[in-house]
Amino acid sequence: MNILVCIKQVPDTETKIKVSGSSIDTSGIKWVLNPYDEFAVEEALKIKAAKPETQVRVLSVGPKARVVEALRTALAMGADEATVVDAPETLDSLSVAKALVGAAKKIGEFGILLSGKSAIDDNNFAVGQMVAELMGISHVTSVTKADYTEKGALVEREVEGGAKEIIEVDFPAMITTNKGLNNPRYASLPGIMKAKKKTIQEFSLADVGVDASLVRVQYTHFELPAERPSVQMISGDPQEQAHKLAQLLRQEAKVL
Amino acid sequence: MAKILVYLETANGKIKKTSLELLSACQGHESHALLIGDGLKDAAESLKKYSVSSIHFVQNSALKNYNSSYFFAAALGVVSKVNPDVLLGSSSLGTKDFFPRLAAKLDAGFLNDCTTISIQGNSVKVKRPLYSGKCLAEAQFTENSKIKIVLMRPNQLPVPTEQASSPQLFEESFVPPTTGVRVKEVSQGASSKPDLTEAAIIVSGGRGMRDAEGFKILDGLAEELGATLGASRAIVDAGWVPHSMQVGQTGKTVAPNLYIACGISGAIQHLAGMSSSRVIVAINKDPEAPIFKKATYGIVGDVFDVVPKLKEEFKKILAH
Repeated sequence: MNILVCIKQVPDTETKIKVSGSSIDTSGIKWVLNPYDEFAVEEALKIKAAKPETQVRVLSVGPKARVVEALRTALAMGADEATVVDAPETLDSLSVAKALVGAAKKIGEFGILLSGKSAIDDNNFAVGQMVAELMGISHVTSVTKADYTEKGALVEREVEGGAKEIIEVDFPAMITTNKGLNNPRYASLPGIMKAKKKTIQEFSLADVGVDASLVRVQYTHFELPAERPSVQMISGDPQEQAHKLAQLLRQEAKVL
Repeated sequence: MAKILVYLETANGKIKKTSLELLSACQGHESHALLIGDGLKDAAESLKKYSVSSIHFVQNSALKNYNSSYFFAAALGVVSKVNPDVLLGSSSLGTKDFFPRLAAKLDAGFLNDCTTISIQGNSVKVKRPLYSGKCLAEAQFTENSKIKIVLMRPNQLPVPTEQASSPQLFEESFVPPTTGVRVKEVSQGASSKPDLTEAAIIVSGGRGMRDAEGFKILDGLAEELGATLGASRAIVDAGWVPHSMQVGQTGKTVAPNLYIACGISGAIQHLAGMSSSRVIVAINKDPEAPIFKKATYGIVGDVFDVVPKLKEEFKKILAH
């Protein structure tokens, strides 16, 4: 059974974001593989380790020039093959999902689809479920534990208040991954060397049947969040500090 | 005027506060309520206090616990019947799971975690944080999106004042579809408190709590405030508390009215998940800790001295 891992390249958490009104200034951004997608790649490699005939393909939609780097990261970790769909970064979640599905159908058949539960840049938490619906398969999101059988998986996902849901899901299925599922490996040096030599399959949006002008959601303006007023330090011994804070929270901040 | 279908979640037979908040975004529009679950009659009746045109409730024993396929099918049935311009919900572990699937089915745009929404005629504009709150973006739906699907971040809108109306109540039929997703078991949660992402008050602890035993002094403080407990990544990785409690980049993004950070230094990783909280209190021994840069009120001191006193003071003030 082959595995498709849908990944996204995102700005590193530590990167400073610069905005210029109607767009994000992407110069100087350090791009990385989305951390939640690392769990998805690792999970695919773990399944492959147990069943070596499994082929793991990673797939990403975005500006080809930079996105191939994220794909090479996944190849260096141990994925077998990679595909990129060259697309502008202004695509909305549904168009990305359609492009992923269009590409997946051209590539072949997959029993397990994996992706991070969300991308840390736009945090829309949507593409995995959308891919599942467009392919007519089941999905489970935010998975923290998974055991696989021939026909499906027994997975655990967190529900409200820290409770766990144990779900049996039949393949083919999309499983979106959360922290806790595994510990993503670092790419080895030989892995990195091997990844450099691999050919990455390329599609255009037209190849996968998506029209970038038909997005359903558009960003119109970006701004930096308002600066928080500077901190009010509360002095005194612990008793005084506690008393003053309680008063401030009730009378000034009005949150108690 | 837009026709809005608003999905209201229930917990223990009552409509959640984070769902009632959505009704303020519906004011001035034709709004219809959607409830999904089991034993919803009282919750549906309670909605009559608010200005809505109709209330659709889908109740079935199969909907007692969340199942993505069932909730998807139940919601889709009502969407097809009401045919709204806007489908609105509150961002939660459940809605985030099945709303995107609805969007794909309905060929609609979807925006999660919005902090403001403005609905004018047929146009819907929202604001939402990007890059873990490092940037605030305005987004809108294009005319290609026949239905606009929005999930609001909790604690952003006020619950509207009650206003008698006489909505029509519709109990919708439901037949569980065949599905490849079967919920085998739901373990009881560690907490009966609202989830971190929906909590109005959060008490959070970090390395400064010394160890798993030390962290426990926060239980009493949280109890006093009816707060949900959170944690920094360091102590989740150290195994003191489960990952479900982690606030930050690889944990949860939270925006409560009050966030009390105890013994948390404030790594970027952590700040990314909580810096849009309305009021932030930081208690830390180190006056140079980065958390103070984001805090509204700061106390330099040992959490083991300050927290017990705070508990007493909160008890006193909450008694009035």
